[in-house]
Amino acid sequence: MSTAPNLLYSDVENDLRASVRDLLTDSCEPSALLARVESTEPYDAKLWRTLGAELGLAGLHVPEELGGQGASARETALVLEELGRSVAPVPYLGSAVLATTALLGADTAAEPVAELLRRLASGETTGALAVPLSAVPGAAFPSSVTAAGDGTLRGTVSTVADASAADVLVVPATGPDGPALYTVDTTAAGVTVDEAVPLDLTRRIADVTFTDAPAQRLAGSARDALDRALLTGAGLLASEQLGVAQWCLDETVAYVRGRYQFGRPVGSFQALKHRIADVWLELVAARAAARYAADALAADSDDTGVAVAVAQSYCAPVAVHAAEECVQLHGGIGMTWEHPAHLYLKRAKADEIALGTPGRHRDVLGGLVDLPA
Amino acid sequence: MSESTVDAEGLRARVRDLLAEHDPATTGRLEFLRARFDAGLAWVHYPAGLGGLNAPRELQGVVDAELAAAGAPDNNPRRIGIGLGMAAPTILRFGSEENKKRFLRPLWTGEEVWCQLFSEPGAGSDLAALATRAVRDGDDWVVTGQKVWTSSAHTARWAILVTRTDPDVPKHKGMTYFVCDMTAPGVEVRPLRQITGEAEFNEVFLTDVRIPDAHRLGEVGEGWQVAQTTLMNERVAIGGNAIPREGGMVGKVAATWREHPELRTPELRDRLLRLWAEAEAFRLAGTRLRQQLAVGQPGPEGSGMKLAFARLSQALSGLEVELLGEQGLRYDDWTLRRPELVDFTGREAGYRYLRAKGNSIEGGTSEILRNIIAERVLGLPSEPRVDKDVAWKDLPR
Repeated sequence: MSTAPNLLYSDVENDLRASVRDLLTDSCEPSALLARVESTEPYDAKLWRTLGAELGLAGLHVPEELGGQGASARETALVLEELGRSVAPVPYLGSAVLATTALLGADTAAEPVAELLRRLASGETTGALAVPLSAVPGAAFPSSVTAAGDGTLRGTVSTVADASAADVLVVPATGPDGPALYTVDTTAAGVTVDEAVPLDLTRRIADVTFTDAPAQRLAGSARDALDRALLTGAGLLASEQLGVAQWCLDETVAYVRGRYQFGRPVGSFQALKHRIADVWLELVAARAAARYAADALAADSDDTGVAVAVAQSYCAPVAVHAAEECVQLHGGIGMTWEHPAHLYLKRAKADEIALGTPGRHRDVLGGLVDLPA
Repeated sequence: MSESTVDAEGLRARVRDLLAEHDPATTGRLEFLRARFDAGLAWVHYPAGLGGLNAPRELQGVVDAELAAAGAPDNNPRRIGIGLGMAAPTILRFGSEENKKRFLRPLWTGEEVWCQLFSEPGAGSDLAALATRAVRDGDDWVVTGQKVWTSSAHTARWAILVTRTDPDVPKHKGMTYFVCDMTAPGVEVRPLRQITGEAEFNEVFLTDVRIPDAHRLGEVGEGWQVAQTTLMNERVAIGGNAIPREGGMVGKVAATWREHPELRTPELRDRLLRLWAEAEAFRLAGTRLRQQLAVGQPGPEGSGMKLAFARLSQALSGLEVELLGEQGLRYDDWTLRRPELVDFTGREAGYRYLRAKGNSIEGGTSEILRNIIAERVLGLPSEPRVDKDVAWKDLPR
């Protein structure tokens, strides 16, 4: 049984937020971000090294005996909130959330699992989970990659988040013994990672092809590990969506206070104020839903499924709404490439699809709370 | 107020003493409630001698739980919500010692019901435009005017009343706040029938009603500041209570969904689940708000809870009527009634749908609440004001 959920931010969590925000304020400034997304280095490797390795966030929720910080999903959620607020181009979701959680669900007593977790947690190695970013928690085990008797993989996985930044892929594949998780080095023969043109410029996606690629099979229940990774990813993504929405609200409020038309700040017009107040109100509930999902995941609560489904079905549209209002209420400047609002709109819209659309989560929710079709 | 030294254990001990001296099984309801008040266990955060013990407000739950477990009667707070939620905090803050002693005990026990005489036909969202005149006459004030949307006026013994005492200054400056005796000559209460068919509200006509100056709350001309205390407490009272999952309107629709497989369509299900998730998210937001209060970090989130409550109540009750299909064409009863209690989730779906329309009007319209959020929480500039520096008597109306 779980205790009463704590929906607040602890002092430790607030300290963590402050240090992450300081770093991102210094190193993730919008104009530099805009230049980066069209460069040959869309990921900020230096920022990722500082965040992942130096601040220890790459293995935040990995137990200390496996080289991590021994924190929980609550703290990881907080980092995602700040990363969403800055749309930082780092492979945090792919590596520090999805890949590590999948590995934590495998048999961590097995040395290959533990060894890889140590490398991911230290930040020296970057991972990605080879599933489409649109994968839905609880869906059937993916069948697009098969493992041969000699352990090599064959098949294709499209739109894998953060794959192009990864050194190693955690691949759900079906072999002669059934479903299993495999690890594959992205530099190995028979592995191609083709970066796609992404809607979301600050989180890259790639199509990954395995042609008799050498892989290592991991011990443990692959289905449970994959479900847990996707459920965790979906639940924590709500915090990223919260951060995206918060930036959009803050930026919009600042803009309409300073933008004068008809001789007064446009933010003094009720027609605009009421729309902004609605976004603010949505954020109040989104924060509670996102915190509840993080807390349920951290506590491994019996209510985790409901918490995640509520968080995703509620927070995903809130982020999109906040970003759309941000663009609209900025008027013409909001439609330009030079203003960063579009980066947030693109992230919000891609996040709506990521790890299950709101409608898919609502369908799951209906099953969990006895509202049958 | 003096620093409290009462903790949860201390309160439990006092509850035990109260129960020992006044066994709920053998004590009359009113007698028990009076004894509870006198023991300081009515509202523990109130001062000693006025039903409290200067204890932290969040410890009230300890007392309520212990007394409920012992089978003690409560004061039926829903019946006396205006007194508890609005009149009492205002009397506590602005009343004379004599007024506090006189009014708070029978208010809390429910012996005396209170109502609120604020809104007028010409002063709704713009409450400060109100026109009910109070003129000084010796030790009394003589009050004439019309108030509206007064729930409980037909059962109330007392009212909190805001009046115009100086028409020659701008509207916010010339108001004065009183306690009004609803049995005084010149007070006439008429039912106001609403779209549900019921008359839970009233119009109250005041004709040369005499109110002693001793029943004034706050200074002459400072009625607006006093009314702010009342209204802030009203908004806390609406939508501020802990509810279980599927509590309130969402539970009604969910039950209808479960009972009627034949009414289900995929489109209705998605809409239901959308609202279910939203209701749950706001329920969690309420939990979070109370957790913030409990650690002494109240956030501005409370301003929005009533707005969300109104939106959800309307959307959920509207969905339920639609879901019911043929049954939704029927209404239970249009007979004029004057209910003593209002239950937003009572009666049938059609009633709930119509009653919910009031949720975005009563206690501050949703539009005014959005202004408050935009201006006070987000710091957006107010609309240019044309009435700010104009004497009340010169305002267009």
